Amino acid sequence: MTSAKDDRLVGRSVARREDPRLLSGRGRFVDDIELPGMLHAQFVRSTVAHGTITEIDLSRVRQVPGVLAAFTAADLELGDITAQLGRPLSEFVPTAMPILARDRVRYVGEPVAVVVARDPYLAEDGLEAARVTYAPLPPITCEEQALAPDAPRVHAEAARNTLVDVGLFATEGIDEIFDRAPCVVHVDVRTGRQNALPLETRGAVARWDDREEQLVLHTCTQTPHQVRTVAARCLRLDERAVRVIVPDMGGGFGLKCVVGREEIATAAAALRLGRPVKWIEDRKDALSASFLAREQHYTARAAFDADGRILGLDADVVCDMGAYSCYPFTAGIEPLMASAEMPGVYKVPAYRVRGRAITTNKAPTAPYRGVSRPQYVMAVERLMERAARELRLDPVEIRRRNVITDFPYTGVNNITYDPGSYLESLDLCERAVREAGWYDRQAAARAEGRHIGIGYSCFSERTGYGSAAFAQRKMEVVPGFDLAEVRMDTSGAVTATTGTISHGQSHETTMAQIVADTLGLDIAKVKLHQGDTDRITYGWGTFASRSIAVGGSAVRLAAGKLGDKLRAIAAAEWGIPPEETELDRGRVRRRDDPDAALTYEHLADTAYLTSHLLPKDIDPGLTATAVFDVHNDGTFSNATHGVVVELHEGTGQVEILAYFCVEDCGVAVNPQVVEGQCRGGIAQGISGALFEQITYDAQGEPSATSFMDYKVPTAQEIPEVVIHHLETPCAFTATGAKGAGEGGTIGAPAAVLNAVNDALRPTGVELDHTPITPETVHRALTPRTPEQTP
Amino acid sequence: MNDTTGPGDDVQLITLDVNGTSHEVITAPRRTLVDVLRHDLRLTGTHVGCEHGICGACTVLVDGLPVRACLMFAAQAEGARITTVESLADPATGELGDLQRAFTAHHGLQCGFCTPGFLMLAQGFLAERPEATKEDIREVVAANLCRCTGYQTIVEAIDACATARRSQRATGAEEESCN
Repeated sequence: MTSAKDDRLVGRSVARREDPRLLSGRGRFVDDIELPGMLHAQFVRSTVAHGTITEIDLSRVRQVPGVLAAFTAADLELGDITAQLGRPLSEFVPTAMPILARDRVRYVGEPVAVVVARDPYLAEDGLEAARVTYAPLPPITCEEQALAPDAPRVHAEAARNTLVDVGLFATEGIDEIFDRAPCVVHVDVRTGRQNALPLETRGAVARWDDREEQLVLHTCTQTPHQVRTVAARCLRLDERAVRVIVPDMGGGFGLKCVVGREEIATAAAALRLGRPVKWIEDRKDALSASFLAREQHYTARAAFDADGRILGLDADVVCDMGAYSCYPFTAGIEPLMASAEMPGVYKVPAYRVRGRAITTNKAPTAPYRGVSRPQYVMAVERLMERAARELRLDPVEIRRRNVITDFPYTGVNNITYDPGSYLESLDLCERAVREAGWYDRQAAARAEGRHIGIGYSCFSERTGYGSAAFAQRKMEVVPGFDLAEVRMDTSGAVTATTGTISHGQSHETTMAQIVADTLGLDIAKVKLHQGDTDRITYGWGTFASRSIAVGGSAVRLAAGKLGDKLRAIAAAEWGIPPEETELDRGRVRRRDDPDAALTYEHLADTAYLTSHLLPKDIDPGLTATAVFDVHNDGTFSNATHGVVVELHEGTGQVEILAYFCVEDCGVAVNPQVVEGQCRGGIAQGISGALFEQITYDAQGEPSATSFMDYKVPTAQEIPEVVIHHLETPCAFTATGAKGAGEGGTIGAPAAVLNAVNDALRPTGVELDHTPITPETVHRALTPRTPEQTP
Repeated sequence: MNDTTGPGDDVQLITLDVNGTSHEVITAPRRTLVDVLRHDLRLTGTHVGCEHGICGACTVLVDGLPVRACLMFAAQAEGARITTVESLADPATGELGDLQRAFTAHHGLQCGFCTPGFLMLAQGFLAERPEATKEDIREVVAANLCRCTGYQTIVEAIDACATARRSQRATGAEEESCN
């Protein structure tokens, strides 16, 4: 029904629509917003990890020249943020997160008061004059402390500091399977606490609009409608009276897909003072007091038959979620994801898992790109490697014997996997590594006493979670569907509006490609609008690699409906049935007469300006909306990563010599954009594998408050990535696309860890924790003399 | 007194030469160059990522050399030539410059927040070292942080721009020698 196939934009690396403004300094990020009379907020934050507030004295703050106000929780009387799961108390303990701490603080950096001044410098002056007195309580800073039987409680209602404790699966007879199996291997995997680290920190500008009777909240969020809901509830406004607008956003990676406290407090201050208020988080707060992620501990074992076929997987997962449950996902986000999906790409016949979320006196957590999958893939891939060693099998061969090959496949975890290219990606990745000569070079290097290792990870990534998939988690609010509106104006130009919000993913380009193809329209005639809660009724935003799969499908459907209307108007003018028309390059044509065509401008003119000409059954106007949801278990992208590393004996440095990625995200709407997602994701996965970690000392003080002590890798550490594409189109998204946002991050840590272990093979040392520090590597490579051995 | 100064602050009148235009600014001595560029002169293309000189999102050129604008007081920049990302496109037509076009061709940006810093870093570096190899470029690119791209396409974009500039110069020189 659209233009000739070779004109299609979907599948082509169309130049990004976002680029001209971003390249010339004309982007508009939240800190670029300047409003008349605007004031600036900063937060007084807890200096202790755990304690009772005995006094907050802001009198001297209010005397600082330029400070207009300072508010505590008592001054603002705001509602709490409470994220809920529909699970019994034995499985989930709900906890409330106040906007400002009331009588209790639970992590260093927790906001206690908000100071508002005429400029940001003066607001900082104000912070220094604040005096808060605490009666310290013993801080809980690690899993062992949290789970101790007599542990002090971070939240009074959570015994043993456990917020989530679920056993989602337990195959009958699994213990006997392990008892009888010829090969059982164990791992104890730990991953460090990380910051997702969008380069733009969080921020907000809030103002009251008298004419609209609305709070307008400009904030960099991945979930504008959810921020609206929470802001309205906390501020006790009708939801209509809150408009959330997302400007250009400097990355999110999940950190910005939960509702923060500071944007609500900023809004409350603006309402209180009757003036616009801006809050821009500084890097210290962003690192230590925003939302963290990734700190997990897997104790897992797997049973194999003598041929290396997996018989069972048995895992205990503990996720350190920090001080509070995040909205809307709750502290269940990590353990529920890990529990539901751990069998991954393998045919696992028996499965048991216990997943727990514990609360500690550390900054709270948010979903971070990959959510648990980088970690459980690491645990499972370590089990595969260990079994391969035990059974003297090639590591690729053991995976080959276990990956799912017949689709659709319903796993032991009750998830149905749609078709993918698990085996093909594995084979192609190994071939790429081999053909680049790395196996030969490894052998040569070993002969010289150098430590070169090759590692793989094989994984799938569930994307396009619809409401059915989210409902399985039993969240109180169930994300899933998305909404799109496509309208054409009298000039034949199209505006598409989505409930998703791009912040680096290039939706202004890719969504426009979809619309342009569907309508047979020049892409220059299509503009995407996103991130404004007043422009689209509802949306679930951008996270979980959902935007192209779900949002893109909604856009495709809405554009299709608009196309149908254009055809109907043209058909009416010609007096023929609409089926005898087609869309072609900005015109509706008659199938029976290639020369007869009506331009979109002409049809739009009819629809709006001369609507009396329309038949009675066609409404004036050219607007179409569509909703898309996924009613099955979602669609699975997949990939295999192959990594070559060299370990340097003297420094303990892990150098990545080569990186190969064979990915399959179905139809790649824009291959260049997909490659960008892969490379960027891999860089973040490597960051977690080798560099980044926020630790806490015994007092609960975070180790990283600046980039001096949080090592973000640069172009010197991140390697070039060779990418190969496979394409297994999704059968039920409207474009055949699957999500592509997180795969890179999911696969990298396991592949890097496996490569390091391969390099360490001659030493007999195996590492199961990330980040892999130079110290660990150095120690593994340094032969111990008998007296050094403890 | 304006909104950027406090009642008790000393303020001073400074003159800043930004992108060839002279600006008079009344400012407190403690204000950084990046804050004055962004909030007083409304040149918001230069971004703030860390305020301690590591991420490089605020990179501008001061007398042609890349500088962290978050580590410099505005008053220190008086008398210097400051160049920001806003200078790179053609002022009359808005047409992107060759470095900017290379970034878009190679998908060297995603969210675009770090991009102005990388552009100014590269602009300063290539002016100084037009013969830079791809490895030289990778080393310099390591001065700034990007969280989206994995750096590969940034390096490729700058390398492509450097290569194109060299071949243009060679062609120019050839044409000149023919005349």
